[in-house]
Amino acid sequence: MSKPQSQNESIGLIALMLTIIRRDLLLAVRHAGQWLNPLFFFVIVVSLFPLGVGPGPNTLAIIAPGVLWVSALLATLLSLDSLFLRDRRDGTLEQLVLSGHPLSVIVIAKVLAHWLLSGLPLLLISPLLGVFMQLPVTALSTLMISLFLGTLTLSLIGAIGAALTVSLNQSGVLLSLLVLPLSVPVLIFGAGAVVAAASMLPVLGHLSLLAAMFALALALAPLAAAAALRVGVSAGS
Amino acid sequence: MDNLAEFFHMGGYAWYVWPSYALAFVVLMANVFWSSRQLRVVHDRILKRASQLRRGNLPDGKLSGDNP
Amino acid sequence: MQRKRVNPAKLSTLSASFSGQEISVFKWIHRFASPPFVYRLAGKLTPWIGWLCLASLLVGLYLGLVVAPADYEQGDSYRIIYIHVPAAWMSMFIYVVMAVSSAVFLIWRMKLADVVAMASAPIGASFTFVALFTGSFWGKPMWGTWWIWDARLTSELLLLFLYLGYMALRGALEQPQSAARAAAILAIVGVVNIPIIHFSVEWWNTLHQPATITRMDKPAMHISMLRPLLVMMLAFQLLYFHNLLVRLRTGILQREARAGWVAKLAAGEVNG
Repeated sequence: MSKPQSQNESIGLIALMLTIIRRDLLLAVRHAGQWLNPLFFFVIVVSLFPLGVGPGPNTLAIIAPGVLWVSALLATLLSLDSLFLRDRRDGTLEQLVLSGHPLSVIVIAKVLAHWLLSGLPLLLISPLLGVFMQLPVTALSTLMISLFLGTLTLSLIGAIGAALTVSLNQSGVLLSLLVLPLSVPVLIFGAGAVVAAASMLPVLGHLSLLAAMFALALALAPLAAAAALRVGVSAGS
Repeated sequence: MDNLAEFFHMGGYAWYVWPSYALAFVVLMANVFWSSRQLRVVHDRILKRASQLRRGNLPDGKLSGDNP
Repeated sequence: MQRKRVNPAKLSTLSASFSGQEISVFKWIHRFASPPFVYRLAGKLTPWIGWLCLASLLVGLYLGLVVAPADYEQGDSYRIIYIHVPAAWMSMFIYVVMAVSSAVFLIWRMKLADVVAMASAPIGASFTFVALFTGSFWGKPMWGTWWIWDARLTSELLLLFLYLGYMALRGALEQPQSAARAAAILAIVGVVNIPIIHFSVEWWNTLHQPATITRMDKPAMHISMLRPLLVMMLAFQLLYFHNLLVRLRTGILQREARAGWVAKLAAGEVNG
């Protein structure tokens, strides 16, 4: 990764972010598990519910928003491990922390790359799964919008947890324990939006709150994650 | 006495009121006793080692109790 | 008696405007950052606080269980409120203390602030557990079910997870310095989230009765029922403080094991 030569600070930062995103995407192409796993998990978990609950369309339609949203949340949680772990193992993380570039910007770039690989596929397949769960067609667009805002927010919040546990080798359960309470508001309003849409009620309130939470997460989560990364790297990886 | 029996009966809600109070009592007192006991243990251990160190009894001069 | 979560920066700007008093204010700040001073002060205070706590507990229990009349609707089952509400209040208060002292630790690198945070966590978790348990036992006669997903109980449950996460993270990281700093970051992130969680859960469910005591409004309870509640609040506050002082001394000893003052203390205790 070369240092940006440009005098213009903002162009330098964008070049930095693009470099990081390109690298992470390239690495993910070679390790297909990183983006296939959350996707398969999402599809499988949603498919299990009709098998567990019974195929009655009325029941499925009622539980659909919650099931879809919880499964998306769990799939995102599952994928968070890969956010920093590979970089920690091969030493890149240390380089990034010591590089002198603003660490929160680096975090945003990594979270964006991570979301492109784990959140975006969930988003794209969600209408299909919505149909599986007998969700009314009118609610499908709200499902996608809420998942778009929600998975981005969850990736940002999850980055904090991933950064706090980066120096651990087996962080799975601890990571979930840390991230889940923080994710509950996103879940409540995300699923709430889809429930409202399914009942032909207005969704603007829910979506506005989701957008507000996304904005807050975008502003604050990178700072917390960057601070946590510095602690984790100095702990000796 | 009638009043005492009524007191324990708690208007029929005895099985809800008394376990609540009992659990709160147990948990909070356990906190107090456990932390006092831990202070005593740590106090004895560390002060013993410190006075041993002062008298030069420990060969390597290392003290325990690094954990926060 | 001031708590340990002093804000040194605020006080030092204050001192700048009182130049004559400047030296004494700094001395005061430094005293509270000094482990031996705090250790001794805590030791002296602990028995007083303990006895005060016991007295207020007994008074509160007597007022709540014996003196206060039965409720018109709920009979005697409402008396659980005298444990449930103070415990719930303490659970949130302690988390804020934890977060503030974590911030003081991160910003001013005051080690004692971290000891306060770490000592407060298990106490806060205990209060949260008590609040949940008593809330459930209060809910059964009131709503007919052992657990209900109302705003208060759900928020308390999530608060318990936040506490457990803090303690788990502290335990999982091996190096004490990084464990302390990572946990401090987590506490601050958590405290930012608490109002958000409360608001979202509150919106999501409105079954639980509205807050019994709001700051400005007249309380919804008769004064004879309110008085024991206030006394129990004080008692729980003192209980926390007592417990905190004890754990504070333990934490100070553990961290300062190699310090000169500990050795002197040991010698003093052996000889005297």
